[in-house]
Amino acid sequence: MTPAPRQPIVLRLLAATPRAGWLALGAFALTALVVVPGLYLFTPPGSPLHVPDHVLTVGGKIMCYAIVAVAMDLIWGYAGILSLGQGLFFALGGYAFGMYLMRGIGRDGVYQSDLPDFMVFLDWKALPWFWRGTDHLAWALALVIGVPALVAVLFGAFAFRSRIKGVYFSIITQALTYAAMLLFFRNETGFGGNNGFTDFKRIAGFSIVAPGTRATLFALTAAALAGTLVLVRFVVTSKYGRVLAAIRDSEERVRFLGYDPLWYKLLAWTLAAVLCAIAGALYVPHVGIINPSEMSPASSIEIAIWVAVGGRGTLLGPVLGAALVNLAKSWFTVAFPQLWVFFLGAIFVLVTLYLPDGVLGLGRRVLRRGVSA
Amino acid sequence: MTAAPSLAMAREPAPRVPALGAHGAADVSHRVILYLEDVTVTFDGFRALNALSLYVDAGELRCIIGPNGAGKTTMMDVITGKTRPDSGTAFFGQALDLTRLSEAEIAAAGIGRKFQKPTVFEHHTVFENLELALRADRRARRTLFATLDGAARDRIAEILELVRLSGEAGRLAGQLSHGQKQWLEIGMLLVQEPQLLLLDEPVAGMTDEETERTAELVVGLAKERSIVVVEHDLAFVARLGGKVTVLHEGAVLAEGKLDDVKADPRVVEVYLGR
Repeated sequence: MTPAPRQPIVLRLLAATPRAGWLALGAFALTALVVVPGLYLFTPPGSPLHVPDHVLTVGGKIMCYAIVAVAMDLIWGYAGILSLGQGLFFALGGYAFGMYLMRGIGRDGVYQSDLPDFMVFLDWKALPWFWRGTDHLAWALALVIGVPALVAVLFGAFAFRSRIKGVYFSIITQALTYAAMLLFFRNETGFGGNNGFTDFKRIAGFSIVAPGTRATLFALTAAALAGTLVLVRFVVTSKYGRVLAAIRDSEERVRFLGYDPLWYKLLAWTLAAVLCAIAGALYVPHVGIINPSEMSPASSIEIAIWVAVGGRGTLLGPVLGAALVNLAKSWFTVAFPQLWVFFLGAIFVLVTLYLPDGVLGLGRRVLRRGVSA
Repeated sequence: MTAAPSLAMAREPAPRVPALGAHGAADVSHRVILYLEDVTVTFDGFRALNALSLYVDAGELRCIIGPNGAGKTTMMDVITGKTRPDSGTAFFGQALDLTRLSEAEIAAAGIGRKFQKPTVFEHHTVFENLELALRADRRARRTLFATLDGAARDRIAEILELVRLSGEAGRLAGQLSHGQKQWLEIGMLLVQEPQLLLLDEPVAGMTDEETERTAELVVGLAKERSIVVVEHDLAFVARLGGKVTVLHEGAVLAEGKLDDVKADPRVVEVYLGR
């Protein structure tokens, strides 16, 4: 079989996203990489143009969530795998990077020890073996990607080979993240128990609260989001992406065409896990804490709701969904803290019943009606 | 005595698993392309196939008829790897043991199957449906970077013409009529370029005109490959010609020309007479 002539990968990446998409991405990059950090750093706090601290924190957080939502959409919207355990990969990435941040505290902790405070508190004398090397940024980043990828490959190979699908898969992923949460709650596990990691001081030698660090972090997160969108767009518009969508619609038929769905699902599943982990690693320095609650079953369900609200099977939808739901959450948890879960449940029911394509689908319908009228 | 081991050494061991994307894997040097021998399948005590033995020659067009529950679809399932037999053997050519291969491996080895209900990918366009079926490397890492070259586009255009869907290439397959979906599915089988084609009730729900065109197409296709058709419509079977096998209660009841088979009193009793 003669291979098709190969286009350079850069050209293929360029071609995968339409011009309007590149314009939108360019506008986003200009805003998030230049304008917002610039205004934050170089305008005085009293000025009407100044971007305050909390905007940077909330914005950074939401961009992390948006990466998770896009990853979720890859496996749910395109591959039809409803994972209710993506929070686990997010948390694993967060914990892996959190280890680096904990080591970065050095002797500035409460106990002024080389060991992280929680280990001193537990009366541990030495670092556990899996903490070795975590003071090096490169190794920590390797863990951020490697550990969730390994977990995803092992779990995915088991689940997809056994042809576990649909609601059974969803339930098992819920159980998986719940089990991990219980494990991380234990002090003996070596990740700070229910308090997790916090009180970070510095990152790559820079103070974590310094404006320059925060602006850089914000810009990095924006770049990661943009990169995620370009990458996932390339994946879903390739022939691989069309096979993936065919598996979603009729896995058996795909098998009778001669494709083995196992590898297709495993690749998408692992890629999604790694993207969630990167988002988790970026999230921890933004909010300054990581604890096992990120692995709670409810957190993972919330991820699915972002995607459902935004619109499955589109890439912009999940980004919008993550932003809308989380902005609503920020407001609700201040105004009516007890009512948030009910509101979230109501959104999910309403979207499922009346907006199967999410707000993006609604927007398109309204536009189409406007054009035809 | 001394020569025997060296002979055995000299023979290349047959690869148990053909790589996905490997094609034309069946060795038909002994004329037969499909062997089913003593195949038994039971579901909760019900014998769907009862020591079924059936041989199909390379290049043959074979029709399988039989009342509901005779085991026709189960037989297809065994051939395509969807169902594993409790006992018996199933071989594709001389070397490929179908009872040990996965559905994907069997499809890649050159057995194409059209299901009773047309199953096309409704959210993909007609063109994309053919692109997915097109004979090409089936591995995930290859499809990620795959592009369609001119020859592949020509091939798809040719098949679109053949199944009369050229004007619908950009439409979603879900929007096609029932007959058009059947034809698209046949087109998907053709671009796979299988050596053995299994058609499960290909004219179910088709108009007379569509049935006639399908018969023409199938007869034309049989010139290049082996085809097994499962069908209820005896007029269609007669139109195809070729040998007919009657299944009953999971075993072969009669085999031969349609007219001879129709005259067989046992066949009349279980099937045609009712």
